[in-house]
Order: sequence, then C-alpha cells, then structure tokens
Amino acid sequence: MNVLNSYRGGPDERGHFGIFGGRYVAETLMPLILELDQAYTAAKADPAFKAELDNLLAHYAGRPSPLYHAARLTEQLGGAKIYFKRDELNHTGSHKINNVLGQVLLAKRMGKTRVIAETGAGQHGVATATACALFNLPCVVFMGAVDVARQAPNVFRMKLLGAEVRPVTAGSATLKDAMNEALRDWVATVETTFYCIGTVAGPHPYPAMVRDFQSVIGNETREQMMAAEGRLPDTLVACIGGGSNAMGLFHPFLDDPGVRIVGVEAAGKGIETGEHAASLSGGRPGVLHGNRTYLLQDSDGQITEAHSISAGLDYPGIGPEHAWLKEAGRVEYVAATDDEALTAFQLLCKLEGIIPALEPAHALAHVMKLAPTLPKDNLLVMNLCGRGDKDVFAVAERLGVKL
Amino acid sequence: MSRITARFAKLKAENRAGLVTYVTAGDPNPDVSFEILKGLPKAGADLIELGMPFTDPMADGPSVQAAGQRALKAGITMDKTFDLVRRFRAQTGDQETPVLLMGYYNMIYQRGAERFCKDAAAAGVDGFIIVDLPPEEAGELKPHAAKAGLDTVLLTAPTTDAQRLPAILAYASGFIYFVSILGITGTKSASEETVKSHVARLRSQTALPIGVGFGIKTPDQAAAVARHADAAVVGSAIVDRVKAGLDDKGQPKPDLLPGVFAYIRALADGVRGARV
Repeated sequence: MNVLNSYRGGPDERGHFGIFGGRYVAETLMPLILELDQAYTAAKADPAFKAELDNLLAHYAGRPSPLYHAARLTEQLGGAKIYFKRDELNHTGSHKINNVLGQVLLAKRMGKTRVIAETGAGQHGVATATACALFNLPCVVFMGAVDVARQAPNVFRMKLLGAEVRPVTAGSATLKDAMNEALRDWVATVETTFYCIGTVAGPHPYPAMVRDFQSVIGNETREQMMAAEGRLPDTLVACIGGGSNAMGLFHPFLDDPGVRIVGVEAAGKGIETGEHAASLSGGRPGVLHGNRTYLLQDSDGQITEAHSISAGLDYPGIGPEHAWLKEAGRVEYVAATDDEALTAFQLLCKLEGIIPALEPAHALAHVMKLAPTLPKDNLLVMNLCGRGDKDVFAVAERLGVKL
Repeated sequence: MSRITARFAKLKAENRAGLVTYVTAGDPNPDVSFEILKGLPKAGADLIELGMPFTDPMADGPSVQAAGQRALKAGITMDKTFDLVRRFRAQTGDQETPVLLMGYYNMIYQRGAERFCKDAAAAGVDGFIIVDLPPEEAGELKPHAAKAGLDTVLLTAPTTDAQRLPAILAYASGFIYFVSILGITGTKSASEETVKSHVARLRSQTALPIGVGFGIKTPDQAAAVARHADAAVVGSAIVDRVKAGLDDKGQPKPDLLPGVFAYIRALADGVRGARV
C-alpha cells in the first residue's frame, strides 16, 4: 500500500528536517530556546495572537500583496504566463516585515524588553527597527561593516526608526559575522532580550517559526491564483539567501505534486570561480549558527566567504528545510550570477516599471531562462520579494554611472 | 581510568583545586604554539584545553576570536592540531596531564565523529568540550567518544535549571564545566558567592568534578573559584598574554614565552594557595 508522504510535516519535535536543522547552540541559550519554542507553540494556538498579527499584516504592512500578471515581460519572454507576487509593495519594502511582526508580537507576549537582529542588505534590520518603533521596544541591529558601507540608505533608515546599528568588523564583516555577533549579544542578555532572526535558519524553532510567518506569501498566492485563473500555478520561482521568502512562497505548495518549485541561489562571479553564495550548489552539510545545513566551507570545516552582488544573498549557509527539500528532490535549486541578476534588474525597470531589489533580480534572471522553455499556459509565479530603492547606488557604481 | 579522572583524583588527594589553562592551537603560529603547549604543565597547568580555531566562534569574546584568526592565518589545520598533541606527548613524555580539545562541532562533523574520535585518541587527546553541542545533539558524538576512550565534558550555565541538568549529566564524563556568567568568553566575571552557590547546586546532583570558567582573569579570582570548585578554567586572559608577546607586525617577541608562563605560574599559585 502506498502511504502518502507529506513534505510539510517537518520539523520533528527537536527541530530536525531529516539530518538538517537541530539546536547547535551554547548551553546558556538552550533553556531560553526551549522557552521560546513553548511560547511560540502557545501563541500559534491562540486565536488572539493570530487576530492581532492578521490585523497588523492587513492594516500596517498592507497585505495581501497583489498577484500581478506581468504582461509585457510574458510577451517579451514568449513562454510561461508570468505573475509576480508583489511583496516588494509591503511596508518597509520587502517580505521581511511578515516575519518581524510575528516575532515582535511574540517578544511582547514573552515579556521581553529589548530586541536584537542581524541584517545583510538591511531589509530585515529596517523591518525589525520598524516593528520596534511601533511597539516602543529598544532595538539593536548587527550589520557587517562591509554591508554598512554598501547599504548606506538602509543604515540611515534604521537610525531614523530609532534603532542602534552596530557595525561588525569581525571575520568577513558580512551577514554571517553579524549573526555571530547577535548570538554573542544574546548569550549575555538572554533574560531580557528577544533575538529576531530574519531568515529560516538558526536553532529550532526559528526555521519553522520564520517559515510559518512567511507562509502568508504562499497562502495568499494560492487564493489569488485560484481567483485569477481558477487553478493552482504550475511553476514557482524565488531567490534564496537564507531562504525565507522562498520558503514562504513554497511551503503551502509542497504537497501539490503538479507545482514545479525552483529556488535560485546567488552564483556571484560563477560557481566555477569559487566566488559565489550558492551553498546548495557549491557547498556541503555542516553545522553553523545553531543548525545543520549546507554550508560553504573548506575540508576542515572552516566557513568560507560568500560572494554576491546582493548583500541579502551573501551568506555561506541556507535554511535547513531547503537543505532537506534539496535532498528529498522536491525543490530544484539553481543559481544566477551577478551579471545575470544585473541584466534582469535593468530589464524589469524598463519593461514593467518596477525597480526590483538585487535579491529577486536573481530569481528573475532564472525566469528569463526558464519561461521561454515553457508553454504559454504554464502559470509561473515569481516572488518579487523586495524593491530596489536600496540598490540603486550599488547598481549605478557597478554600471559605471556617477551619481 | 581516564587521564582526566585520574588527574582529578590526584588533585582531591592533594586537597586542592586544579588549574585548567586554555590556549588556542596554532596561536600565534604552530611552532610557538607548540612551545607554549610544552611548557604549560611545568608552569602549573593541571589540565590543558587546546582550542580548535574556527572561523565563526559564536560563543567567544574578542580575545579568543583574535587568537583563532591569528592561528588560521598562520596555517593551523585540524591535522596540525592533532600533531601538536602527538608531539607534546612524545617530546615531554608527559602521560598524565590531560589534554582536551575545545571548540565547535563543525570541526568534528566534517571529519566524521567516528574518525575524529579515533584520530584524537591516537594523538593523545583525552576529551572534548564542544561549545555548540548541547545534550540534545550530543548523541551522535558520545558513542564514538566513549569507544575511543575520550571524555565528553558538557557545559552547564546559570540558566541551566534542575529539570535540564539530568540530560546534561547523562552525557557528561570527566568533569562538568560550569560557565559562570551569562555571556561569551573573556568578558564579565562572576562573584565568589555566585560561584559558590552554583557549585553547591551542581554537587548535589553529580559526583563528577566541577570546573568553573569564563571571566577568570586574576590569580585572586582563580583562588576564589578554587575555594569552591574542583578546577578553575582560564582562557582569554592567557590568550591576551600571548597577544602581548607579539610585536606590531604580529611576530613573537623574545619575552612571549616567559610572559605567558609567569602569568600561568601566578594563576597556579593562586589556585594552589586557595584552600590553605
């Protein structure tokens, strides 16, 4: 007898997705992580928590985000019918607000009086600073010094919102080092402080919790596609750094076998050059930041530096559930280079009047390859998870334009 | 009986606590690191923790982070770390001072827990302290460590409550490492009162020796811990002495070794005089 296997049942109670995930943290944090797990489980079951979050998502963040048929892009590429899930239209300009509102509500519920976060491109930092302003909580955002330099507009936004931005100079001074520093702060302040992780990584329950908060993306997409086309989409595409926007879109569709799902990592200068951020395509399993997942590393297990034009994808790991979905074969993982993303970025500006963030520009780069190979009745949804205002300076520099 | 258990038995017979010294393998370079390692027992170290450098040491403060970066830059690898221990046993003939590897689980996982334990035991290592391996995840290391005759020293923290402690004790051997502060290595220090009450709490639950670390910087602080615990662990403050022995180009000055050993001697005197 065939047993119907679900791809949506994970993680187990100790936070494992197959061999991935888990809780690899210092003992000092463990009791508090168990407490967080209990608090989240209780909040999830509480209709009042859900009502408050739904109310904020609707009236503060601006959900649901539109599902938009990109007719000109569809025509240009000459294949699949392309829709964008427009999470770039959310308050603060990306999907990050979905997760942050959930976590900050949970922090408040747990009686925590201070919030910390790590950020790469600054989108998660801005979202966290925003929610903390709203709830009148002190907020410290750790950000690699390299990212502070290349994402200056977001640094200023965080400061305007009342957050303290702490540049991190240790290691490669990017997202992974910001996460190390946030964990170091947390271990010293754990009794009062809530660590608001921005992606589907970290020790359990973070990967599952962040996924649950981001699943609003996929759940809305299901309903909106049913309304627009009367059926489910055929293809989903999203970019992946840690993988929260992708998991949010993918998760509600994992058990729909007719839906092809594609995650796009950052190939930087090309996987073959070694200068990339594609942990699934170019890494192997290891343990970092509280979970087992695919990592960029050398033979001893030293973490190697990621490279991507996009600060938000510049991370040498990936959420553990993605690692599991790769090995399970449910999701295809591919990669797009810096140059491909830049081309896609410019195309979208001119063709659809939308300036995307460099992160979803990677997803678009793959859509440009994939869509022409698909029939015209193939319904493709790409998660346009962030807007590109923050990237215009970096893109100008890359294109040799002086502002 | 493991070297660690034998050493604590000897300390008990002498009615004194032990000094556990942490140094980072390969800091400031593999050669000088070996000279430091070789001289530790004579300077007064009763047990040795040898840090395995890792690019992302999330539980360590600035001193140990910097030491790891110096070592990695100078070319330390896991094979060379094992080699340091092998040469320590061979050249000093010291078969009694326990050497524990301290660090992060990815080093073990990449080699494979079984092979790592075999390689470590063959080199003369006696046990592990793995910062990011709580009892929830220790199951995949413990059987291989036990088979290779290696102790697994688990950490407890001020946040570890009575409910949780049995799970830690189930996996612990050699000794229990009490992290005396909420925080990373080399930052805050706990008061003697705090150490005393936590050690008493732990003693009511386990017969294993109790080592206390994080934040011990002076011989007086080491002595205060030694009045209550079975060992005082000093790391960042020693690593700072290594750094102080480097010139502005990062090259070791002639007084590096004497400086490190004099400091350890002072700590050892503090520990040995604590209960007199």
